[in-house]
Amino acid sequence: MSLYQLSKVLYVLNRDDAAKRLWQAEPASLLEGYDLTDEERTALLEHDIGLLYVLGVNGQILMHFAALCGIAWADYIRLMREGVEKYGPVRAGLYAMTTQFNERVAGV
Amino acid sequence: MSLVYCGVCSHAPGITSRAEMADPALRDPFYAALENQRQEIMATKPDALMIVAAEHFANFFMNNMPAYAVGMGESYTGPIEDPDWLKVPLRTAKGNPDLGRRLVAEMLETVDVAYAEEWQFDHGISVPLHFLDPNNELTIIPVNINCQGPPLTPLHRAWTFGEAIRRAADSVPERIALVCTGGISHWPATPDSGKINEAWDREFITRWEANDRAAMLSYTDAETYRDAGQGGFEIRTFITAAAAGGGKGDVQFFAPIPIFAVGCTVGRIEIA
Repeated sequence: MSLYQLSKVLYVLNRDDAAKRLWQAEPASLLEGYDLTDEERTALLEHDIGLLYVLGVNGQILMHFAALCGIAWADYIRLMREGVEKYGPVRAGLYAMTTQFNERVAGV
Repeated sequence: MSLVYCGVCSHAPGITSRAEMADPALRDPFYAALENQRQEIMATKPDALMIVAAEHFANFFMNNMPAYAVGMGESYTGPIEDPDWLKVPLRTAKGNPDLGRRLVAEMLETVDVAYAEEWQFDHGISVPLHFLDPNNELTIIPVNINCQGPPLTPLHRAWTFGEAIRRAADSVPERIALVCTGGISHWPATPDSGKINEAWDREFITRWEANDRAAMLSYTDAETYRDAGQGGFEIRTFITAAAAGGGKGDVQFFAPIPIFAVGCTVGRIEIA
């Protein structure tokens, strides 16, 4: 697991327009410079928000990645919940889920 | 000349990006409180607004994370988020490198702050500025406290940092307004988003309004994480404001607004 490298991809994507353009054109190329596991690489390429959340990506950069992928807020919340249901509890970091699977905290 | 205004406000991205999803009966009084804060700041005729944020990996990352950073740039752009997502228009805010340099030099007497001549504002600064400086008139000195990537600076250092800001503001001829933005309790950007520990918030507000240093510094990070979520680490910015102002606090608005993911807060602290 290389949560730091995975997070760094999202940090760079968040702040660098050239990285955003490369991501839109050739996403796999952007990831070549990072030491990622197959699971992490696949999660990014498939926009698997639930798995990225479970892997421990900080929500502050994950929500921006979700926005970049065109995912609306309610769907972002739902995808994280489904990720925990599918892959199990958050494995690292500070952003573990503390509410129930079916709890719609803010009505979404 | 001196510190002329000292206050706090919330900065959650939902405040703008999910405005239409909020109950107007809650949202509109909050916006009105921010407008009142804007008027209070403008009435002090500040030469610069220092805005202490708890940014979210827009500029500072775990490759080189400063506990404290101060901007010395000519200008700053933001929001770094898609403006259409945040619903805050892109702006280029004026900086003041010379003023920033003098403030940093004084702060360094007691706190080892990092400085940055480049800085992209994220919602932590862009959302407050959207309300407090809607016409992009003010000169901005951005400031950051790492509240995101542990290890985090201890609360007592956030207090010392506030004292350093006060000393620095008082040491320059310019009129300095200070707004510190952050929590209080929240679990942002997680499936828990919208969870707010109102009782914990109100207890923190009581301590903050009394400017009870010992009570504010008595929280451990483990307790804060348990009771106030990872967003609760942003109490550091409120503590910095309390130390900088030195007097009693006055929370002019507080209401949990779950779709904004935080107990929305606007307050000021007496400059004593």
